[in-house]
Amino acid sequence: MSERVPVLRIGDILLVSIQVDLEDQTVLDLQEDLADQIVARSARGVIIDITAVEIVDSFVGRMLATIASISRLLDAETVVVGMRPAVAITLVELGLSLGGVRTALDLEKGLALLRRSATGAELQ
Amino acid sequence: MAKQVSPRGPVELLTTDREKVTADWIDTVAGSLQGRISRAEVDRELRELYGALVEGLREGGDDTRGESLSEARALLTELSRNRARQGFTPSETAISVLALKQALEPALRNDSADDTTAYLRLARVLDDLALFTVEAYTRTREEIISSQAAQLMELSTPVVKLWNGVIAVPLVGTLDSARTQVVMEKLLQALVDTGSEQAIIDITGVPAVDTQVAQHLLKTVVAARLMGAECTVSGIRPQIAQTIVALGIEFGDIITKATLADALQHALRASGVDLVAHQGVGR
Repeated sequence: MSERVPVLRIGDILLVSIQVDLEDQTVLDLQEDLADQIVARSARGVIIDITAVEIVDSFVGRMLATIASISRLLDAETVVVGMRPAVAITLVELGLSLGGVRTALDLEKGLALLRRSATGAELQ
Repeated sequence: MAKQVSPRGPVELLTTDREKVTADWIDTVAGSLQGRISRAEVDRELRELYGALVEGLREGGDDTRGESLSEARALLTELSRNRARQGFTPSETAISVLALKQALEPALRNDSADDTTAYLRLARVLDDLALFTVEAYTRTREEIISSQAAQLMELSTPVVKLWNGVIAVPLVGTLDSARTQVVMEKLLQALVDTGSEQAIIDITGVPAVDTQVAQHLLKTVVAARLMGAECTVSGIRPQIAQTIVALGIEFGDIITKATLADALQHALRASGVDLVAHQGVGR
């Protein structure tokens, strides 16, 4: 039984901090939990913190894109934060540019980004 | 020659006329180097080598890769390294060994079959050792080149901070895969270390942009974007713009600017900084 990645809530934003090695089952569980939580908490933003992730493969890359697509369908914006340089280089070499996923350098900047886009949406 | 000893081998051939042979040898080598190394130095080097060679041959025969000639080989390595560092050519290095053959030729005049056999055996040893010098020479040269390449790599990729949250890499010189890799890693690491959201790659000093270089630049920009930073390419000279278009390279949605100043202005605006010129200050 693989452990589940916890989904934390800050206001109307959900925070997922990935601290463990990602196995395929963990990733699938996470997608499921996240979709449930977005609906249950009517969240409008999801932050995925991958500061602790050192190794990625194409599966993880695709997971990020999938989570972003699921969230967008449920009207929540996804921001991936804290990607390490080595991880970024690997993803580029794998040909994954994660179009449609917003990114920020760290958690703080990610929160600021979501806050900005929320006020932008209210103004319109 | 009166004092004919039998059987004469390479060692005897070398030692019979020791003084004359070494003097001839040193003369030829010093002549070929045209005074760029002092005669005294050549004299010292070659006498040492001569001693080691005689000693080695006496002990273990003519196996040039064997234990007995290791002393001679060490001396030759040292000699080749010095020659390579001082900028001599490979021939000028190899002549240090090959000139000994020439110096021994007078010993063949008395038409003795033993002498000829000994000379031929010795010639084979010396040829091997000459090859060995060239090898050592090349190895030293390669070491020099790779250390210079590493230094160049270190020197040529500084990441500078232009403003709070804005960093830049001024690229100078030709870009290849290895260098771009270093640039990419340094830039991305600097983004993390400084928490900058804006990066500028300035290619004013890059003489030519081909498809490969463009590919590398694109990768860097995409990687920076994955980490949550925006990357601008600046310093595209008119000819380079023409080349890029002629090659059909697509920069897509990557922001490009003609000068570093334009790129900085764009980066500042994107990070929410306004530049205001004071009234009365003429420009």
